[in-house]
Amino acid sequence: MADVSTLNTTAAGIDAISRGLVSGPRGRKPKRVLSRRNIMLYGALTVAALYYLLPLYVMVVTSLKGMPEVRLGNIFAPPMEITFEPWVKAWAQACTGLNCDGLSRGFWNSVRILVPSVVVSIAVASVSGYALANWRFKGAELFFSILIIGAFIPYQVMIYPIVIVLRELGIYGTLTGLVIVHTIFGMPILTLLFRNYFASLPVELFKAARIDGAGFWQIYFRIMLPMSLPIFVVAMILQVTGIWNDFLFGVVFTRPDTYPMTVQLNNIVNSVQGVKEYNVNMAATLLTGAVPLIVYFVSGRLFVRGIAAGAVKG
Amino acid sequence: MHDTVSINKQNSVSIRDLSLSFGSVKVLENLNLDIRDGEFLVLLGSSGCGKSTLLNCIAGLLEPTEGQIFIKDKNVTWEEPKDRGIGMVFQSYALYPQMTVEKNLSFGLRVAGLPKEEIAKRVARAAGILQIEPLLKRKPAELSGGQRQRVAIGRALVRDVDVFLFDEPLSNLDAKLRSELRVEIKLLHRQLQNTMIYVTHDQIEALTLADRIAIMKSGVIQQLDDPMIIYNRPKNRFVASFIGSPSMNFLKGELAEEGGRTVFKADGVRFSLDGYQADEALSPGRRVILGVRPEHIKVDGDIQGGEVHDAVVEIEEPMGADNLLWLKHAGHAVAARIGGARRYAVGTKVRIGFDMSMASLFDAETEERI
Repeated sequence: MADVSTLNTTAAGIDAISRGLVSGPRGRKPKRVLSRRNIMLYGALTVAALYYLLPLYVMVVTSLKGMPEVRLGNIFAPPMEITFEPWVKAWAQACTGLNCDGLSRGFWNSVRILVPSVVVSIAVASVSGYALANWRFKGAELFFSILIIGAFIPYQVMIYPIVIVLRELGIYGTLTGLVIVHTIFGMPILTLLFRNYFASLPVELFKAARIDGAGFWQIYFRIMLPMSLPIFVVAMILQVTGIWNDFLFGVVFTRPDTYPMTVQLNNIVNSVQGVKEYNVNMAATLLTGAVPLIVYFVSGRLFVRGIAAGAVKG
Repeated sequence: MHDTVSINKQNSVSIRDLSLSFGSVKVLENLNLDIRDGEFLVLLGSSGCGKSTLLNCIAGLLEPTEGQIFIKDKNVTWEEPKDRGIGMVFQSYALYPQMTVEKNLSFGLRVAGLPKEEIAKRVARAAGILQIEPLLKRKPAELSGGQRQRVAIGRALVRDVDVFLFDEPLSNLDAKLRSELRVEIKLLHRQLQNTMIYVTHDQIEALTLADRIAIMKSGVIQQLDDPMIIYNRPKNRFVASFIGSPSMNFLKGELAEEGGRTVFKADGVRFSLDGYQADEALSPGRRVILGVRPEHIKVDGDIQGGEVHDAVVEIEEPMGADNLLWLKHAGHAVAARIGGARRYAVGTKVRIGFDMSMASLFDAETEERI
């Protein structure tokens, strides 16, 4: 019985096919390239891209022109005669106050601020994040809450007290002082970042390591660290860009000979004496922005992976 | 006080008056448990019953609020996990992802600072027992679920411990692998003769593996017994309904006396309780719950004497080896298990008989066995 009915349906199917249904839709549905949706989408994306790229274009183009050409006022025109003179001047000769050795001094100051601040803040924050996530100590919640509140207090409120503290410690105006300030101010957000990352790792790994006899530091260095490259990259990017771009702390806590690059850039661009050298100013700005830009380009992919890692378990 | 009296040399793990609460939530309350040397004890219960919490307390990963834990006659209540002589296997395997299998196995030994030759010897032995030698150079990500769990067991094995703790080790595996590894764990226990404490919510694992099962509910051990006693003579209704698949049939009613014999009465039904072994006096008028397992309801040809009742087949569930009949008897739904070869069409009238010697009676109020 069953066999006959099966045969019947099959026969009907063959019939339908032979009646010309063969030419109907089949396989993947074709997509129109110039659909209304695509025009909207790519149109909006193009406008957004132009909005951000145009200023950059003007900056690059202007920095490659000589002053006579800049004075013509065609800011969108490509340079008729490409010159790297403004870049050299911005780096080595531009004057800020009494010094005329360009941005290079600020660059090296910034590097000397950046490296220890990033290393120390990440080291401390990763350990405290690990402790908060895995070693439930008494008052951990309270400690964490206070730390988070710290992240929401405007910096301006704390500047004056910090100046006094640094003065009493005798490190006001030194790079050490600024490094300490940057390290402390990076703490809340970095600790939060690391705590959440470590909390997202399976807790059983930590338990297994404890049963294997590993202690606080052994678990940190031998189990947790090797699993956390993405989050370290994220923390590094946040700190590098944050500290490099900082202006407020730089201008408050250092002296002219220890000014970081951003402060020096401001002084070059805003100097009121003589002619405004737009090409030099733009070159100086590009030089200052180069470091975060390079960091993004080099580690962009890792950055995205690290940000996503917090959301996906295991 | 307790220790001198009740810790006897046979016990491998003893738990005394253990309580644990998180804030106001009491997870374990005044729990006592003695586990004999070389015993395979299964902690069985649904999620949230405190079985994993108890295991974590034994391992030293959770601090009890009250009470003591002894392992090998040593009070380990305040000891670090590594000093308790335990090895633990987790549900999610918890292998260190960045290390090879070999490094995973030897991590604990390297932390302890054992000499290289000793480490190599122990890793080789564990790998041999678990047959994972070909995997030693691989990373956990390159292993299948079953292989990972074997490595996780190996990590406990190399540490040469007295007590193995398993926290639902097979729950992440598919059905086929689970039954294979179940047999392997049983073989491993026979080979090693270690004490093993095994947490699961799977009653089949519990029944097949355990020397004794401790069934837990809301932080209290309901019954601690031989698997067969737990299955056949459950102490209360919770245990009776938790163990057995399909579940035991329950009927609410009361006891009565007819012609010098005790009978069970519910609306429309009357069963003789001949053959039931009561622990207490079966006084007439007492409100009770009668529990009968599907395989103890005999259908047609299987009936061996005793009372016979009428029923109608409502649904048939053939499961291969056996066949489950959902029957209606005087308005009550009951399930009966018969041989897989015997088939019944829906609506067939059948005769059924109850094997009262295998039935259970519970007090309707306390739900304790009587």
